[in-house]
Amino acid sequence: MKKIEAIIKPFKLEDVKEALGQVGIQGMTVSEVKGFGRQKGHSEIYRGSEYTVDFVPKIKLEIVLEDAALEGAIAAIAKAAKTGKIGDGKIFVVNVEAAVRIRTDEKGEEAV
Amino acid sequence: MKLSAILTLLLAALLFLDSTQPAAGQTPGTPTNAVALATNLTAAAQTPKDPTLEQRLADLEAYVGNGARVMSGDTNVTSKVSGPGPGHNGFQMICAALVLFMTLPGLALFYGGLVRRKNILSVMAQCLGIAGLVTILWWLCGYSIAFHASTGNGFWGTLDWKFLNGVDSNPNTDYGAWVSHNVYSMYQLMFAIITPALIIGAIAERMKFKAIILFVTLWMFVVYFPLAHMVWGVDGLMNGVWNPTASIKAIDFAGGTVVHMSSGWSALILCLILGKRLGFGKEPMQPHSMVMCMIGTGMLWVGWYGFNAGSAVAADVIAANAFTTTTLATAVGSFVWAMAEWATRGKPSVLGFCSGAVAGLVVITPACGFVDSNGAVIIGIAAGLVPYFACWKLKAMMGYDDALDTFGVHAVGGTMGALLTGFLVTDKVNGNLSFIKDAASANAATKNGLAKLVADHMQWVEQLKAIGLTLVMAIVGTVVIAYVVKALVGLRPTADVETAGLDLAEHGEEGYHSQG
Repeated sequence: MKKIEAIIKPFKLEDVKEALGQVGIQGMTVSEVKGFGRQKGHSEIYRGSEYTVDFVPKIKLEIVLEDAALEGAIAAIAKAAKTGKIGDGKIFVVNVEAAVRIRTDEKGEEAV
Repeated sequence: MKLSAILTLLLAALLFLDSTQPAAGQTPGTPTNAVALATNLTAAAQTPKDPTLEQRLADLEAYVGNGARVMSGDTNVTSKVSGPGPGHNGFQMICAALVLFMTLPGLALFYGGLVRRKNILSVMAQCLGIAGLVTILWWLCGYSIAFHASTGNGFWGTLDWKFLNGVDSNPNTDYGAWVSHNVYSMYQLMFAIITPALIIGAIAERMKFKAIILFVTLWMFVVYFPLAHMVWGVDGLMNGVWNPTASIKAIDFAGGTVVHMSSGWSALILCLILGKRLGFGKEPMQPHSMVMCMIGTGMLWVGWYGFNAGSAVAADVIAANAFTTTTLATAVGSFVWAMAEWATRGKPSVLGFCSGAVAGLVVITPACGFVDSNGAVIIGIAAGLVPYFACWKLKAMMGYDDALDTFGVHAVGGTMGALLTGFLVTDKVNGNLSFIKDAASANAATKNGLAKLVADHMQWVEQLKAIGLTLVMAIVGTVVIAYVVKALVGLRPTADVETAGLDLAEHGEEGYHSQG
């Protein structure tokens, strides 16, 4: 089992969700997050005061899936989230050791 | 004959309106009803004579044009319209409510949106607390000090109207021939509420509630009540329009000196004594809700019509002019501020539009009943530019932490407005400033020399004197009071409280919860 953690632009969420559905992904967890990479932040001016806002709003997707589905899911996210401009985000993959479906007690790949 | 018949019908209709106007709860002993009852039922038993038809018509004409009451002072004749005039009185009550709306919730939202989310409720509690506190002081003796005649000093009214004794529904002709005295008192109360509430913008996010309540209590007695008396009291020493012996012939229609200069300069002094917010200049301190700020701005603009047009104390020609000039200056100020931002810093911001609108309102306040439309547009342009540079450059240069720019907008704008009023005033829009040759019917402005100053375009000199006196009162008063409060209860909360936010520590509540 693997977990994909993808950081994407907030307005790309619907496109990514749709693309993942088309390759058979049945669930995901989404959070509103803030952060920065090479895109950096922006400045805001309120009357005399100017503030540099380093953290840019992003969406974080978390998907746990069987190994066989991994490549298709990564390709779907990368294609759907791309604008070609700085700040499109990143996709990370980590190993998952165990999974349990709480309702049925199913374990492992059965549970994801 | 035909005309008089029509007028008699009109008179009958108006009298009917007047007799139906006193609401339930008015005791039979009060004059408005008493007159109607007496003339209807027991005319024979009455000593004063009935007015002639001519006198009755003259009284009605005076009502329509907000003129002086024809039979005032004549005890031999009973007026049939001795109470308030329903139109003017109704207008005044609506205006009073509009001015309260400026503070609750207008100013509370305007300021509340500009602070960080952990301090939103502290701003609201301060606005609400001031509304209650100042009302109690007003009833106690504040109104009397501000508006009862003084013993001759023109500075401090006597206490005859303490507990609002004698301030009833009948007009006090010193302040409004056709508006109930108690309505006038409540109208002025709303000004007394918003003025100290403006100060909290400069000291937001870092002053103890206890210290604010004590500061405002003392400040009302030392700065506001005397200033209001001097500028608007019947024998006020700066009341150029109504006091024939005013020593400073200043004009201030709706409170450029009394409200905006006094609060703005006091705010600067208090914020200097208080010190900067923890982390000022290092941590981001953006407004937590520009949406809330914009809603508050709209309410301030709407409410300000009560503030400015209502200061005519009648729905008359002067109120109509004030309504017009207020609209023009505010819209122009809002637009110019944002355009100046666009030109100098690249983007027109919502806070720029909002700040420009408030600045326009502040600067037109002393002038609205004295300048014409062109004067209002000039004032709007000045309001969009000068306070903008004060908030941007002056604040950065001097390094004070005027958190929400009370000084930059209200002190800079108010002072400029008081001065511009002197340059742009014209008696064409306000007959009370006109020179009257006939000594017998001369107005106060003719007697004290104001009319001549206006005609000679020299009024700005008197305005400068009023500015000077207001500055001294506000600055000296605030320095003394701030140190007294500091010694008694301390000004600032602990660093822990300030960092965590005043809402939870001082008021036991939070403005926002992540769940529920």
